[in-house]
Amino acid sequence: MAFDGLSDKLQGVIKKLKGRGKISEAELKEVLREVRIALLEADVNFKVVKDFVKNVNEKALGQDVLESLTPGQHIVKLVNDELTSLMGGSVSKLDMSGRSPLVIMMVGLQGSGKTTSSGKLANHLKKQGRRPLLVACDVYRPAAVKQLEVLGKQLDLPVFSLGTEISPVEISEKAIAHAKEYGNDIVIIDTAGRLHIDEALMDELKNIKEKVSPKEILLVVDSMTGQDAVNVAENFNNLLDISGVILTKLDGDTRGGAALSVKSVTGKPIKFAGMGEKMDALEPFHPDRMASRILGMGDMLTLIEKAQTSFDQEKAKEMEKKMMKAEFTLEDFLYQMEQMKNMGPLDQMMEMIPGMNKAKMGDMQLNEKEMAKTQAIIRSMTPGERRNPSIINGSRRKRIASGSGTRVQDINKLIKQFSDAQKMMKQLSGQMSKAKKGGKSKIKFPF
Amino acid sequence: MGIFDKLKQTLKSSFGNEKLEESLSKTRRGFIDKVVDVFTGREIDDDFYDELEELLIQGDVGVNTSINLVENIRKRADKERIKTSDELKEIFASEIAELMGTEKTMLNLKENQLNIILVVGVNGAGKTTSIGKLTYKLKNEGKRVLLAAGDTFRAAAIDQLKIWGDRNGVDVVAHQEGADPGAVVYDGIQAALARKSDVLIVDTAGRLQNKVNLMEELKKIKRIIDREAEGSLSEVLLVLDATTGQNALTQAKLFKDTADVTGVILSKLDGTAKGGIVIGIKSELGLPVKLIGTGEKIEDMQDFNPESFVGALFSGMEDETNE
Repeated sequence: MAFDGLSDKLQGVIKKLKGRGKISEAELKEVLREVRIALLEADVNFKVVKDFVKNVNEKALGQDVLESLTPGQHIVKLVNDELTSLMGGSVSKLDMSGRSPLVIMMVGLQGSGKTTSSGKLANHLKKQGRRPLLVACDVYRPAAVKQLEVLGKQLDLPVFSLGTEISPVEISEKAIAHAKEYGNDIVIIDTAGRLHIDEALMDELKNIKEKVSPKEILLVVDSMTGQDAVNVAENFNNLLDISGVILTKLDGDTRGGAALSVKSVTGKPIKFAGMGEKMDALEPFHPDRMASRILGMGDMLTLIEKAQTSFDQEKAKEMEKKMMKAEFTLEDFLYQMEQMKNMGPLDQMMEMIPGMNKAKMGDMQLNEKEMAKTQAIIRSMTPGERRNPSIINGSRRKRIASGSGTRVQDINKLIKQFSDAQKMMKQLSGQMSKAKKGGKSKIKFPF
Repeated sequence: MGIFDKLKQTLKSSFGNEKLEESLSKTRRGFIDKVVDVFTGREIDDDFYDELEELLIQGDVGVNTSINLVENIRKRADKERIKTSDELKEIFASEIAELMGTEKTMLNLKENQLNIILVVGVNGAGKTTSIGKLTYKLKNEGKRVLLAAGDTFRAAAIDQLKIWGDRNGVDVVAHQEGADPGAVVYDGIQAALARKSDVLIVDTAGRLQNKVNLMEELKKIKRIIDREAEGSLSEVLLVLDATTGQNALTQAKLFKDTADVTGVILSKLDGTAKGGIVIGIKSELGLPVKLIGTGEKIEDMQDFNPESFVGALFSGMEDETNE
């Protein structure tokens, strides 16, 4: 069920027109049809899509897409820019102004991820030096209070709860008093999941809001939500005038068109994205990256950022030097693999690269196992062996194999590959230095 | 007899079922009113087909299924020389009925042996709640049920299942949070065999379908079941949130590939309940919906009956026709 990226699809359409360069108005219509389908496949609400495509059509006619010699790229860029600006342009932060304690209310449908997000948000604020108090107001779902308590314990943060017999309105009022007394500057209220059409429960939220006047009301939305995201967001916003959105489960493989739907019906910014099950997996929401994701165009920015945070810049330079001199050892190789792992699962990284999709990634899983195996082998070597693999004789190979739980053939293969790579680097560095003098070689780094 | 009369009959016979009708009435209000609008007194032109397609997409039917469905209807209309939209209604209804099938797909439970039901799904789909409701349903059918708390990952998931166990008066086999779910399943099977339980329902942690390691864990759980109680795994049920969009298809596909899912529990159908997703999953993956969740109360789960489901979807339209 792998989606092809929009750019792939548009390329397909445009290929048909190739050789003629410019496209006609009728052909533009066909291209925009593909845009429409891509957005619908990404779960963007159909009404939102309709307006969007109309908008892009006008802009495309206004600008000179029809005159452009690369109309496909032109349109993709136009669509991408338009999506980004629709989703808010830049990162939007929490409003932290005003008197302490600041109250943040978490609302949403059942199973959207309110409790987990409450924990993550508290953790996020704690790291910024705040003293958040978590408040357990989900008195309906079995063990929801317990869930928040467990999260509080994990994060070493206080949780205010009064069991399940007291009304959520009363709990939140008492929580504020508690926060004042104990010096908590932020109060995060975890409310029960509810349907946007359940009037009684929606009224309860309204009552809580009136009593605690929250600075932020964050609607928690599952990024996998379909066409209905519009109705949910509209109802919650009409009743509560939400201040922002947290989009959850974005570490899944959904395109997340709900983001666009929610933003365009409420006009409220998406402030955070939930990216995993761990308590630190909450990231600021980047509209530009989300645009690329919805269009299936990959997310190079996140990838580069991840590389920057997980790679030690100094070390990287050193490594480059070593490679140039062909002094790259197995030890360096091991280090580099560890750095790669720091960036996250390989398949997740690959997905960020434009043009990569599930079909092309078939073997990724294997590679990750292969990588773990290689690591185990190198770790079973002595430092001397890592620096100078040529000393690894038969009996050493046997020892390394049993140490790493692999076979001698695996050791042979790795050493062979490594010495091949070394040879290649030598050749390359030779050519590179020549190129520097001559200045006209196109050889690029192997890594 | 036209398909609408037939559907109406089905409706009458199978709708002592007020709950379904009540929960589906929301679906009808939103979705079917619009279908009726599109179909009433219209000329058949490109705009008509566009609107119909949009309507299906809006119901989360899925882009491919919607396009194909409309294409089929268009072909039949041409062939049968249909000119007005009212006549097309029947064709539309029969095409949908064809995609959905008419067979009622019940849980496959065998007599006089242990039946294991493995419940899987993404985070927040409603697995634990569905298990609570399913337990109630099976107990009412006279089955002896045991639960195994295989979600050892999420905070307080074990407590959540235990509360459902208490409400139903059935025992829950559980370990500590963070324990190996495989070990919980092993103990669950031993306990179920010793007590001669009819059904063992295994809860699992929510996992996104693209997390390969977690999906592998499901395979391990299945291996343990096959080894310790061969032939007892009667159902692997995927819980799908009815509000989910296109991603539900990927979910269904990947869970089917890894865990050999045998059927779907469609949860939260009382909310927005477009129901369209079901059509896509049945037609693109051949996975039947077996149960639906229609509310928050313990009795809010029932067998899925495609014929009455389709019937319920169209009952609004039928009324319109009669007026």
